[in-house]
Amino acid sequence: MSFWERNPIYVVGAAETLLGVVPDHTELSMFALAAQEALSEAGMTFKDVDGIFVNYMGEEGSVQVGEYLGISAPRYVDSADIGGASFVAFVHHAMNAIPYGRCEVALIGYASRQRSLRNRSYTLKERGLDNAAQFEKPYGLPSPIGYYAMIAARHFHEYGTQSEQLAEIAVAARRWAQLNPKAWKRNPLTVEDVMESRLICKPLRRLDCCLITDGGGAVILSNKERARDARKKPVRVLGAGESQTRWNLSQAADITVTPGVVSGRAALGMAGISPTNVDFLQPYDSFTITVLTALEDLGFCKKGEGGAFVENGRLAPGGALPAMTSGGGLSYNHPGALGVQIIIEAVRQLRGEAGARQLEDPKIGVVHGVGVLLSTAATAVLAND
Amino acid sequence: MTDPALEPYGDPITGPFWEAAARRVLLIQRCEDCEACQFYPRPICLACESRHLAWIEASGTATIYSLTTVHLRTAPEFEPPYVTALIDLDEGVRMLTIIIGDNPKIGDRVRLAWRERDGLPPLPIWTTEWRKQ
Ligand SMILES: [Zn+2]
Repeated sequence: MSFWERNPIYVVGAAETLLGVVPDHTELSMFALAAQEALSEAGMTFKDVDGIFVNYMGEEGSVQVGEYLGISAPRYVDSADIGGASFVAFVHHAMNAIPYGRCEVALIGYASRQRSLRNRSYTLKERGLDNAAQFEKPYGLPSPIGYYAMIAARHFHEYGTQSEQLAEIAVAARRWAQLNPKAWKRNPLTVEDVMESRLICKPLRRLDCCLITDGGGAVILSNKERARDARKKPVRVLGAGESQTRWNLSQAADITVTPGVVSGRAALGMAGISPTNVDFLQPYDSFTITVLTALEDLGFCKKGEGGAFVENGRLAPGGALPAMTSGGGLSYNHPGALGVQIIIEAVRQLRGEAGARQLEDPKIGVVHGVGVLLSTAATAVLAND
Repeated sequence: MTDPALEPYGDPITGPFWEAAARRVLLIQRCEDCEACQFYPRPICLACESRHLAWIEASGTATIYSLTTVHLRTAPEFEPPYVTALIDLDEGVRMLTIIIGDNPKIGDRVRLAWRERDGLPPLPIWTTEWRKQ
């Protein structure tokens, strides 16, 4: 019996925050409600939480959140900041803390009111001051979209990838969103619609970009013994991994390669599976190109073949690799960091709770968070067993 | 220009770059031990970890690695559309920059130019035009 067979880790609760436009809450109050719902699924209360894995809800990561929730003496706290990949990375961190008794019940989550606060500006001020910024800021590249656009442009150049292929990804997300009553955008969308949307940074258009909404969520991880308390079926974490590459785009040898290569190999390797064993994928779809590079770097297709791979609705309802089954950041919800919500959607699918968008008896799902300027990645393999 | 984020820092490691830029000279670092060039400046050679780094003047020729045309207004000093690119200098280092000139494409050869700025050193940009400025 392997270490992880003897010490299995489970997602024992998962809940979204209020979504869309949330005018009558703060980030902390939204998160408190979601965390309580997730704990309720686990058959637990805030008093059971002894590990806090959160970020972006206060100046000092876990501290304000812990105080707000009345978790007065956690034994393990973590507010590592690797952007949108942080929350899948927290799964990785928690699964390495729980078997050693460093904590027993891990609360992972995030909430933001990015839409209500309108604090997302595609301007130069968005990136923090750092040493190398003096060599990039003066050139007026909008962040993050300009960076993703240059990654896409290079991918087009090297591999012949086309805008219509990226558009297929946006269309797949929308088709899933049409099956999700919580999705922000549910009107029909075609490849032509995407191609006719406003060019923002060539080759990326308005509909290659994720939404800006309020949202977030919470998930609870624990061990096998505590999973017996759960009111809903626990979902096992079979593997997890994380990595990062560079901060400035100029510092990458090949900008089309993401840290998903390393995080994916670690997670799938730990789970002892290959991409052919995966029933669905929840990629972080911040931009259409983000999904394309994830498919390649996780090994669902070869580098450069992502464009052909997504054609003919492969990711859409009825396709061979269902992906973004909530509608994703492109059509369901994107609160600035989607990472925790892709975990929640995977849990819903594996429990059979996904309503009209429910897949037929899925056994294994992969969640893949990415962050910053395709600089970070974290991957986890979840299973219904 | 009011945005402090756009101002050079002039810290001890990067200061010489901006001092040279004021004279329209583009400096990059080259390792005195392994001869590898690097950008942006650091106190240690990323190739061999030597601390013996010297400044050399770049040849001023480069090749476009990737680029995007920006159709979004980000700041008053940038009038869209404009082209931002990653370029590979002939010395083997990569920089983010603005490209001027007609219809730049990946793989095109570009030449160093300079953009005057109020109260700041000239900014190195690159052009597809090969006539003398
Ligand atoms: Zn060296």
